[in-house]
This record gives sequence, C-alpha cells and structure tokens, in this order.
Amino acid sequence: MSNQKPIADNLFTWPSDKPKLLGSRDSETGRYFFPAKRSNTHEQVELSTKGTLWTWTVQRFMPKTPYIGTENPEDFEPYPVGYIELPGQIMVESRLSGVKAEDLKIGMEMELSIEPFVKNEDGEDLMMFSFKPSQDL
Amino acid sequence: MSDVAIIGIGIHPFGRTEGMTGLQQGVHAAREALSDAEMEWSDIQFAFGGSSAAGNADAMVNDLGLTGIPFMNVSNGCATGGSSLLSAYTTIKSGQFDIGMAVGFDKHPRGAFNADPEASGLERWYGETGLMLTTQFFGMKIQRYMHDYGITSDSLAIVAEKAFNNASLNPNAWRRDPVSKDTILNAMMVSDPLTKYMFCSPAEGAVALIMCRADIAHKYTSKPLFLKGAAFRSRPLGSFEVFSPSLEIERGPSPTVGASEATFEMAGMTREDIDIAQLQDTESGAEIMHMAENGFCKDGDQEKLLHDGDTKLNGKLPVNTDGGCIANGEPVGASGLRQVYENCVQLRGAAGKRQVQGNPKTAYTHVYGAPGISACTIVTT
Repeated sequence: MSNQKPIADNLFTWPSDKPKLLGSRDSETGRYFFPAKRSNTHEQVELSTKGTLWTWTVQRFMPKTPYIGTENPEDFEPYPVGYIELPGQIMVESRLSGVKAEDLKIGMEMELSIEPFVKNEDGEDLMMFSFKPSQDL
Repeated sequence: MSDVAIIGIGIHPFGRTEGMTGLQQGVHAAREALSDAEMEWSDIQFAFGGSSAAGNADAMVNDLGLTGIPFMNVSNGCATGGSSLLSAYTTIKSGQFDIGMAVGFDKHPRGAFNADPEASGLERWYGETGLMLTTQFFGMKIQRYMHDYGITSDSLAIVAEKAFNNASLNPNAWRRDPVSKDTILNAMMVSDPLTKYMFCSPAEGAVALIMCRADIAHKYTSKPLFLKGAAFRSRPLGSFEVFSPSLEIERGPSPTVGASEATFEMAGMTREDIDIAQLQDTESGAEIMHMAENGFCKDGDQEKLLHDGDTKLNGKLPVNTDGGCIANGEPVGASGLRQVYENCVQLRGAAGKRQVQGNPKTAYTHVYGAPGISACTIVTT
C-alpha cells in the first residue's frame, strides 16, 4: 500500500480511523470558519462529519491551472460538488463522491470521506476530503 | 455640489478582435467618446480607467496625448468599470475637476477564467482540487434558488433567448445570432442546471464615458444625461459568494441589495421610476436572482414575469437591452461601463432596432462580481 498524506496541512485530522475536518471558532463571535483561521481569537475545532446537502452542481469540463488533477481532457470524468450544511457549525464546499448527478437531491444526508486525489512526485497519495451519501440506515 | 452629467460615450465592439490589444480597444473607445462630445483629449482634466487582464489604462496617454493630466488606474475585479465611474463621479462632485473620463477595456483568453487562490486570500488546495471555478458558484447559487423559489429551467432558457434576440439588433454585440429556447435547453451542460448558452464567456471590448459638471453640460451636447445615483458595496456577512470554501449557515443579503438601496436613496427614486435596467447576467440564473436582489420583484415572481415577457424590449421593464453579458461576453474591465453606455444610447433614443419605445427617461445598471462586489447606477434624461 502506498503512503498517504493530506493534500494540505491543518485541513483534516490524519492519520485517523475517524478523520474530521479542522475548522476554527472565533471565541468573540462564536462563528465557525473553514478552513481554520489562524488568529489569536480563534480556537481550532473538529467539525461534524455528518450533514445535509445544501446545494450542488457538476463540474463538467476539465479545470485549468491551478488544478492538479492528472486526467487528460479526453478521459476527464465530470465530478459533482456541493455545500454540506454541518448543523450548528458551517456549510463546507466539497467534492461529492459515491453518487451520480441524477441522484443528488438538496437535503440528502451526507458524510465525510477522505480519499486519494492524485499521486505526488514521490508516489504518495495526496488525500483530499469529500462528502458521500450517508451510509446510516 | 454640482450634479454630474454624461456628455460623451464611446465603445469598441465586444467579442474577439484579432490583432488589436485591449489597450488599443480602450483608445478606440476613448476617441469615440471624445468625438461624440465634440471634444479634444486636451479638454479632459482627469481620467480613471482599468482592465483586469490587458494592462494599465494610463498607458493610453501614449496614444491619446501627453497632456499631463492625472490618470488613475483602477483594479477592482468585475467592478473595475463601475469603480472608475464612481471615482470620476466623486471627483466631479467634490469640485476638484469639471470634466473627466472613465474608461474600461479588456482582452481575455478563451475559456473559463483560471483563478489564483493566493490572490484571493485562499489556500492552494482549493484551486488544486478543482473547487475554485466561477462556473460552479453560479450553478450552485441558482440551483438552491430554484429549489427555494420554484424557478424552472424554462425560465433560465427564456433569459438566454432574450439576450441573443436583443443582441441580434445590436451591431456592437458579440453573439448576434438568435438561439431558440429548445437549443439553449438541450445544449451541453456546463455546470448544472446551466447549459453553455446560458453562460457568458470572457471576451474583449472597451467603453469610455466623458462626464462633467451638470451646469456646464449644455456647452458640449444638446442632450446631456445625468448620473443621479452611483454606489458600490462589498459583501456583508452571510452572503453567498464566489470562491467560498465555506458559508455561514445563517443566510444574509448579497452585496447587490446594499448597493441598490444606496443608489436609489442617492437618486431619491423608487424601483417604479425605472424604465430600463441592465442587470449583471454572468449567466441566466444571475439575471433572474438579480431582478429580486435589486428590488424589481419579489423572490419567485420572476417565473411569471419572464413567461409574460415583461423583461423583453417591449415589456414593462426591459432588462439587458443590448444582449447583456450573455451575448456581449465579459471583458471584465469594460463590462460595467457597457451597461451605462447602453442606457445612454437608449435614453438618447439612438438604439435603432432595439430602441425601447415610449421615450425611456430613467435607466438603471447593476454589475456584480468576484469576490462579492456590486456597483449600481441610475442615469436619467
């Protein structure tokens, strides 16, 4: 198994059996931020891993730089993106995985998933967060 | 304090002009405006101008003449043109100068804008993983709006169809061939629910406006127009903006709401007083949402208004009479000034086949862009 590392520091807890997105909370206003803000009034918080889909779209053409996905324009697969409302905290923009565009519905239950995005020069998997339909019954 | 008049307008046609830089198109527009006002460049006492991707506007003095005037470069994203106009307005209002120019131009490569995360204060991963695209934002904002207020894809297509129809009557527009509603609806999806004909594209073009103290305007033109209100706002807490890795759960108003309110207050007018409106239509959904954000209707009323044809050239409130961004493209530095240019043409009764009937006397503009900025104007006869 190849080594895995997060695509950016301070984005989610890693390595972890139950990874969580890392946000911050302003102690003066109580507002949540994602990604975490570095400020002397902010404390780092682990965000909820479950939420609901607030809105969505599908990225149907291959993005230009600074995109680092390694697809070719010919084999580019459109990917859905959306905002996930994490109750009482914040809405987070994310790629959506494990779901087809035609099955996306505003309000559907989603949960955090950490998945390989691309390999870096050293052959390591760069891990990125996404949200997938909730597996809870 | 003196009121401010618009006495000269000039444009370089929008679209693609091979072999001509954005700056050269700006010079073309400036000369057109000078000729329209029957003035020389040496009559201009100051200028504000800008582009987003085609260089510094003050380089135009190499072509226009080295008269030594203060020429200030403006760089304010999609509101660059609006900011130049507002700066010129304030300069004249303050009494510092009597006559000045606001100019905007641009020339963008084909395809969607590619954004730099760090320039917007964002982390690199946001761009690297394919989340930092303006098209996604527009798709997601109208997706939610359609869900909340019962707007249909049919309405999205009506807006685009109207844009191409209006542009077919505008010799300065880029996309002048009418496109049917069915073709628009069945075209390639770009960012659901928006198809390729519903989006504007980055493009080229230039606009220049000459403004002066209202009490001297009659020396230069028999038909001066008056800039009654102009305001600019950045985003308030809770607005839904492009390039947002996260959003507040508690939703708030967009920057457009504040800019629009301030503009009407400045002009001492109400929405009912407006005869024509140019509203930012980066894509069809934006025009629909901006009808409500600018206060011209309630959220959800657009569905009926559009199906009744109320925003067509012969409707109750014609919107984007020159084809808007959808048919003119979006040269960022020039786009907001194009809206004011079109209003001036309409208020002069000089819009030819796309002239709104009934002698329109009041006209409104609204420009919106990254990262959550909005500028509005009201021009009257």
